[in-house]
Parts: sequence; C-alpha cells; structure tokens
Amino acid sequence: MADEQRAVSLPAKPALWRRPAVRSIFFQILLVVGIGYFGYTIFQNTLNNLEQRGISTGFGFLDQEAGFGILMTLVPFDETYTYGRTFLVGLLNTLLVAGLGIFFATLIGFMMGVARLSSNWIISRLATVYIEVFRNIPLLLQILFWYFAVLRPLPGPRQSLILNDTFYLSNRGLYMPSPVYEQGFWLVMLALGVAIVASIFIARWAHKRQEATGQQFHTVLTVIGLVIGLPLLAFLVMGMPLSWDFPVLQRFNMAGGMVIIPELAALLVALSIYTGAFIAEAVRSGILAVSHGQTEAAHALGLRPGSTLRLVIIPQALRVIIPQLTSQYLNLTKNSSLATAIGYPDLVAVFAGTTLNQTGQAVEVIAMTMAVYLAISLSISMFMNWYNKRIQLVER
Amino acid sequence: MSVHTPHPDLPPPANIVGVIGWSRSNLFSTPLNTALSLFALYLIYLIVPPMINWIFLDATWVGDTREACASGTGACWVFVKVRINQFMYGFFPEAEYWRINLAFGLLVVLAIPLFIKRFKHKGRLAAFILIFYPIITFQLFSGGNFGLTHVETSKWGGLSLTLILAGVGIVASLPLGIVLALGRRSKMPIVKSVCVVFIEFWRGVPLITVLFMSSVMLPLFLPEGTNFDKLLRAMIGIALFQSAYMAEVIRGGLAAIPKGQYEAAEALGLSFWKSMGLIILPQALKLVIPGIVNTFIALFKDTTLVLIIGLFDLLAIIQQAFADPDWLGYSIEGYVFAASIFWIFCFSMSRYSMSLEKKLNTGHAR
Amino acid sequence: MKKIHVIASAVALTATLSTNAFAGATLDAVKKKGFVQCGVSIGLPGFSNADEKGNWSGLDVDVCRAVAAALFADANMVKYTPLTAKERFTALQSGEIDMLSRNTTWTLTRDSSLGLNFAGVNYYDGQGFMVTKKLGVKSALELDGASFCIQAGTTTELNLADYFRSNNMKYTPVTFDTSDETVKAFDAGRCDALTSDQSQLYALRIKLGNPDGATVLPEVISKEPLGPVTAQGDDEWYKIVRWSLFAMVNAEEMGITSGNVDAKMSSDDPNVRRLLGQEGIKGSGLGLADGWAANIIKQVGNYGESFERNVGQGSSLKIARGQNALWNKGGLQYAPPIR
Repeated sequence: MADEQRAVSLPAKPALWRRPAVRSIFFQILLVVGIGYFGYTIFQNTLNNLEQRGISTGFGFLDQEAGFGILMTLVPFDETYTYGRTFLVGLLNTLLVAGLGIFFATLIGFMMGVARLSSNWIISRLATVYIEVFRNIPLLLQILFWYFAVLRPLPGPRQSLILNDTFYLSNRGLYMPSPVYEQGFWLVMLALGVAIVASIFIARWAHKRQEATGQQFHTVLTVIGLVIGLPLLAFLVMGMPLSWDFPVLQRFNMAGGMVIIPELAALLVALSIYTGAFIAEAVRSGILAVSHGQTEAAHALGLRPGSTLRLVIIPQALRVIIPQLTSQYLNLTKNSSLATAIGYPDLVAVFAGTTLNQTGQAVEVIAMTMAVYLAISLSISMFMNWYNKRIQLVER
Repeated sequence: MSVHTPHPDLPPPANIVGVIGWSRSNLFSTPLNTALSLFALYLIYLIVPPMINWIFLDATWVGDTREACASGTGACWVFVKVRINQFMYGFFPEAEYWRINLAFGLLVVLAIPLFIKRFKHKGRLAAFILIFYPIITFQLFSGGNFGLTHVETSKWGGLSLTLILAGVGIVASLPLGIVLALGRRSKMPIVKSVCVVFIEFWRGVPLITVLFMSSVMLPLFLPEGTNFDKLLRAMIGIALFQSAYMAEVIRGGLAAIPKGQYEAAEALGLSFWKSMGLIILPQALKLVIPGIVNTFIALFKDTTLVLIIGLFDLLAIIQQAFADPDWLGYSIEGYVFAASIFWIFCFSMSRYSMSLEKKLNTGHAR
Repeated sequence: MKKIHVIASAVALTATLSTNAFAGATLDAVKKKGFVQCGVSIGLPGFSNADEKGNWSGLDVDVCRAVAAALFADANMVKYTPLTAKERFTALQSGEIDMLSRNTTWTLTRDSSLGLNFAGVNYYDGQGFMVTKKLGVKSALELDGASFCIQAGTTTELNLADYFRSNNMKYTPVTFDTSDETVKAFDAGRCDALTSDQSQLYALRIKLGNPDGATVLPEVISKEPLGPVTAQGDDEWYKIVRWSLFAMVNAEEMGITSGNVDAKMSSDDPNVRRLLGQEGIKGSGLGLADGWAANIIKQVGNYGESFERNVGQGSSLKIARGQNALWNKGGLQYAPPIR
C-alpha cells in the first residue's frame, strides 16, 4: 500500500540506485574489483606455490643450452643451441605446417565446393561423400590413421621407390634434390623481384585501360612471360649459377637433398583434407547465396561457364565465404598443435613438450605458447577482416 | 462422319529419357564432363570394391582369439568384438555396466517427447534434462549413495567417457555462453571489453594447451591443498573453452532478434533480466539450436584430445588396445571402428541440425 | 623502485609464513584422504602396467603399494595417475600426485631446480639401443647417421645427443610422447634404432610384431638410477617414501619374505626384530605404526620378491638381477640399516 502511494505521489525520477547510469557504473566497478581480486589471488597462489616447492622461475632458462636434438628444423639447430632457440624452431615448424595447410585446404575446399554443385551427377556425389565422411571424423583420429596406417606399408630406405634417381620415397620420407645457390644467383633473384614489381604495374595499367576503353590486355600471358623470362635470362647470363644436391643412400638413411618427413606429410594431409571439407561447405553455401539470376544474366551476356564462375559468381560469393574461411583458417592453425600426437616437432611438441619437461617451468612455457597462438590467431583475423573489408567495397 | 482421333503421342526419343537420357544430360553432356565422369568411375572402381572386400566379404567375424583371424585376408573384427566392453565402458566394473546403460537409456527416453510435435511441455522437459538429468547421471556413474558402490573417475572410459565429456561441455558452457554473449552486446564498456577479451582468448588458443593447463597446472593456481579430480579439471577446461564458442553462437541468435522486440520489452517496463529471460532469450535460443548442435558436434570430435592428457576416451582406449601383445597389428581395424562410431554420431547430429534449420527457417521467412 | 621492494618483501613474507604451514602438508593431506595418489607410467610392462580390469602392477607400482602399506597397513590404499613423461614433473609440482614412481632418472637438475626430492633408487639402469637384426649392427658405434625413436621429455633425449656429439657422429631423433608410440614407429620402420633405458627395451620388445627380429646392443651409454620422487617441502612424507623402499631392500638382505614374515616375528636376530618393529626405534621416528615394515613385507614382499615377480624370472621380461642384486651379492642395492 505504502509503496503504491509513494509511486503516485513522488516525481517520476527514480531513486538513485535505480538509475540505469548509476547502476551500470556500480556494476562495472564491482566487476573490475572482482576480476582484480580473482587475478591477484591466482597470481599470489601461483607465486606461493612455486616458492614453496622450490621451482625455479623467470625466463632465464631461455639462455641455457638445450642439449637435445630436433627432427626437423628450418633454422640451424643442434644440441648446443639454447632453449630460446627451440622456441624459434618450434614456432617456425608450426608456421610452416599452418601455412602449407591453409594453402592446400583452400585449394581442396574450393575444388570440392564447386564440384559439389557440378551438373555432373557423379562428380557432385563424390564431392558430397568426401565432405560428409571427412567432416564427421575427429581430426586426431585422421592424423593417427594417416601416420600409422599409411606409413606402415611404405618400404624402408634401402628399398625406396625411386623416380628418375632424383626422388626417393620410403618410410623415412620423400627425399628430393635441394638447390645449391652459387655465386651470381643474386642476379636471378633480383630479376625475379623486378619482374614481380613490373607485373603489378602492368596489371594496374591494364585494369585502368580496360575501365577506360574496354580494351582487354593479355595480362596473364605477359605476367607469366615476365616472371619466367626475366629470371631465366639472368640465369643464362650468369652462367647457370645453380646446382642440385642429390640425396644419396647411406648405410641407414638418405643423406643430402631435401626431405619431407612423414610426420609433416601425415599432419598436412590430415589437416588439409579435414579443413578442406569444411571450406567446401562454406564455398557451397557462398555460391548458393548468389542468386541464380546472376548466372543467367552472365550467360545472357555470352560469358562461358568458367568465366561466369570466375568473374561473376566467385567475387560475390566471397563476401559470404570469407568470414567462414577465416574461422576455418584459425581452426587449422590451432589444430596443427595436434602434431604432438605423431611427433612432428611443432611448437607444442618441442617447446611445450620437451623444453617444458627438461626445465620444469610449466607456467612460463605454457604462457609463452598460448601467447604465440593468440598472436597468430589475431593476425590471421586481422588480415582476413582487412581483406573482407576490401572486397566488401565491391558492393554498391 | 468421321471423328478426328488424334494420333497417340510418340514416346520421347530414347536418348533423352531413361537411363541413357539421364546419363547423357548428367554425366556426358560435354567432353570435359565425360572425361571427369570416366575418371570418377575409375576412382570408384579403384577404391570401393577392395574396401568392401576388406571390411565385409573377406573379414573375420567369429572367434575369440587371434588365431581365428590367421587365415582371413580381410579385417579382423574379432579384435573389436573381444574388447567391445572396454571400448564402450572403459575400466568400469563389469557388474556395474547396467548403471551406464540406465543413464544413457534414461536420456533416450527423456529425449523422445522433445521430438513429438503434440507434446506441450517441451521447455520444462528440456530444463529438466539440462539441470536434473546431469545430477542423476553423476550419481549413477560415481555411485557412493543409495547403495551403489563408488566407482572412481579413473575407471571411467571408452565411449561413455567421450559422451560424458561432450555432454558436460555443452551443459556447462550454455549458461556461461549466454552470460558472455549478453556481456558482449552490453552497453557498459568495461563489461563488454572483459567479455570480448575472455571470448577471444579462449577462441585463440588450441584446446591441447587448455587441457594441459587444466590437467597439470590448475592446482598451481589454487590455494595450497585444494585439489580435485583430474577428470573434473579436464571438464572445467573444456567448459571454459567451449563457452567462448557458445557465446559467439548465441550472439548470432541475439543479433537476429528484431530491434522491435527489445523496444517492446522495454516499453512494457521489464527490467533487463526479465526482458532477456522472458522475451529475447527464448526466441534467440530457439533460433540458435542448430548452431548449438553444430558446436556440440565439434566438441564431440574434440574430446578425443583428452588422450593427450592421459584420459581414456574411446580413441585412447582403442589405441591402448593396440599395445596388447596378443593383438598386435590390428590398428587399422581399431581406427576404422572408432571412425565409424564417431561418424555415425556426428553425421546423424548434423542431419538433425540441418532439418531443424530448415524447419526454423520457414517459421521466420518474411 | 620502492614499490618493487615493498612487493618483493610482501611476497617473501607470505612465502616464509606459508612455508611453515607447508611442512607436513603432503603427509597430512594423504592421511586425511586415506590413500596415496601415485603417479605411474601409462603402460610399461614390468614397471607399471594396467590389466584389462584396470589393476596396476609392476616394480614401480610396488613402491607406491609399499608406502600405502607403511602408512595405512593396507597396500591397496593407492590411487594411480597414469602420466606421460612430459607431464610427470608438473603433476608432482602442482600437487596433483603425492609421489611419483615412474622410472624416473635421478639427476642434478631435477633434484635441484625442479623442486623435487629423489627418495632412493629402486632400479639401476642405463640407456641402451635396440635394433632390428636385419640391420646387421653389432655396436652402437656403427650407428652413425641412423635415426632413433625416442620418448619426449626423458633423459634419453639428452644422453643420445651427448653420446653422438662426443663420438662425432650424426643422428636423427624422432620423438614421440609415449613409449607405445616409439615402439609402433620402430616396428613400422620409421627409425633404425629404438633407444631407451635397457630395462624398458626388454619390456618394449615384447610389443613388437616380431620380438625375435630385434636385438639389444651391448653398449650402455649412461647411468640411469631410477627411483621414486616426492615434491620438496614435506620432509616427513619424503622420509616415509624413502624408508619404505629401504625396508624392502633390508628385508631381502635379512631373508625376510612375504611368506616367512610371520615366522620371523619370533626371531632372535636383533636386526630382524628392529625391522619388524619388535624393538628399537620402531615406527615412532617416522610417525608410523610399529609394524610398518612388517606390513610392507607381508603385503608387497621384499625387494627381491618384487623384482622377480615383476621384471625377473617370474615375469615375461626375464631380466637378470645384475646391478640390482644386493650389495653383498655383487650388485648395487644397498640400504642404510634400520636401527
């Protein structure tokens, strides 16, 4: 009763603690205090626990000698390098497998996504089967399968499958010749650089000309000619300053040349096939989102099916595809950490695995590892957002 | 007087109907299509018959020992048959299997009315399943009360552990996800940024590192002496990880609700929580059910990662069986078995989510 | 600058305060919960291995059981946490497990900067190599250029690097998380040799498709004293683990077995009487019941029994006692006297 009377008699202004602005400030202060207290407690607990148990802390361990070997390194590494170096080695291996995986998954995904919408019945069915099978099986299982089930039947190094005395395939990996750059090769690289820069300018110019006059220019052919021809010319002028280091069979293994180790191959195959299936679905939904009228209009203009797809459908579909593609790229990068299950020396296996265990500094090592993945994820998101914005401008 | 009788229609030319016509238009319409079709047929010929032979025709199905498989050239399903109980129930005591069966049977029985159109109390039933069912299941699994013997979590394993991990992940991440999603759409800058940071952090790190952290490092963060079960810690890690993904799904649903609904709720004088609980969330959650199912599928597959921290889910327990000296060399059978189980679960759930999507779409067509 | 000092001293203060509170914390916690949480290997026949029903057995498992027998008079009051080599120290440091008995090598780094205490040595081991007979290798020195399957996070990884560096040879490490995976990869031909502690090599060889096709090379390239470990900070707990192991070794030396321990109760030998808690300091020094050692022997057996049952002639591994024989039989197993 009393409340009701007050509500009628008092002015419409609510009590102080009922005002949304006041409440919001109060609530936020409460949140900040809560989180601050939570963080402080965890920090204190960790510090106490580490202290009590006599565990070393700090990042000094990064300068200590590691003393163990790593299967595959992109930068020079042996046992005498530091733990800091193992971090770099692991990081580069992660970036390698993530980069290659993104490339192949995109390739497979686009192919399969288009194939699924193909008018060819059997092709579209095959693509459907591929997508539905590989999307619904855990990635870890696929990695283990490719590694342990596909590795087994390959022959040993002495019975390698040999192609042309150049490529050797065995259960130790695929060995192939590696290039050895001799003096004067810099000119070839320079020529390649010049050719690429020139190509960009030509493409811009051709685009402008087409906008202005409608005349087309054979950009693709010119660019291919430039990028291949110019370095080739430099190569011949400098007297072919390149030789190949061929792999040679030794007592146990092949020596020399380059090698794709089976761990990398299995991880890459599994990652690209798994993620490719998701990308194919994204591509399909993207293409379906473009109204059929667009295809008909393009056909009416006399564009061939291939050109219709390339010039009309895909650019519009990309707007739908890109956000989904971004999250798939992020997933692939994070999933590459499953490498640890088959012994591919990525960041998690080398740094959060061996290094953590040899030094025992779990907090520092895991924090660094998580920070790296966060940084990679954020940069991929930022790049894709930037790209998405760029292509969004196409819409008028 | 002669009446005009129309000549009966001629049948269409043989090459545009029937098998021939169909294959002409669908398989061999252009030279390129012909080449592709032939290639695809060759590929199928290469893969499918040997696979069927290996899996079904040449496979060994009967027997209890390795010797039974010695003669067969195909798969040795005896290996799976001998260990099937372990694959399903882990190290759970054999006499207590009925508890697991009862728990999952109960879920099936409870879930059936959700699919019946005329059933009125779907919301209440769903709430019951989300809140009380987990408690019942926990009692059944863990025991210790009501005359049930206590079974330690270290004995849980196999497919039942996989299902539990995925189930707990979803149930626990749902409320957290709702709060985070609301927080991310909040107008309060601090609340919003806290939620954004939380979501982006968990979405940016791999599940392995999360599991590793929760499995071995969590006790370092807690006050001295607090310690709890390894499985529970893994579940906490999974739930936190999953809540970030859940938040993003729910945010999509919230964004899809027309602004008028928010304004109408405010006009009615409902408080924030009332307008969310009574107006916005019921609509938004219904919209995102397919999304939640998809998250569940992803989580279901991701639970295999717990093998890296030493929990015996389906995949881990199958892998462990490979090391049995009596059954060496049957890893492909094990992997194929695991793959088909996961596939059946994931595929049927994804179909369900797709059909749901279709049904919901028509409801909101404008 | 001042601020940092304040924080630092605050941290130091809380640390000292809580260190006092910490003494005996593990032991108290173990007593309160009524069982020993013991970290063991995920699966290594002879050392720690679970059967289909999830029952653990092995030489390392017996140490956990001995501690439980000493503390609770019941060797079954143990819960096992299977750990990979990578996880083991973090699990111990974080307090997830009370003790670690997982064929862990005692080294200076681990003893000093990892916050661990090694309680003794229950198996003297050394790193060796296993190769396929087909390879025709007779010595590890012939392995220049070979690739090796190793388990991640072990001393094996470091020893291998040292050995090849000091002999000026090249090698390729192929590293896996679990020993099962190393065997699988070795079996598949991914590497030429498998390297691990010698005891493990015999255990792992059974897991090969064709165990007779592989052979263990004679070289032992390192010292690997394996033993149970506790976390630093609780000396009482550490001593219980330590003396549980010593009791097993002493019992073997005195000829007390699980079979004759009851009969030995009435022995006149003062050494035996002291071990079995009939006279002397009994259990009070460790804060245990007087019959602690008798309980260990009754329920777990003496060191020799445990050895033969798990890895010796009574097992499928058939490892000879060698260095693990008692000190008076030409081996290294030597326990301080109980008096």
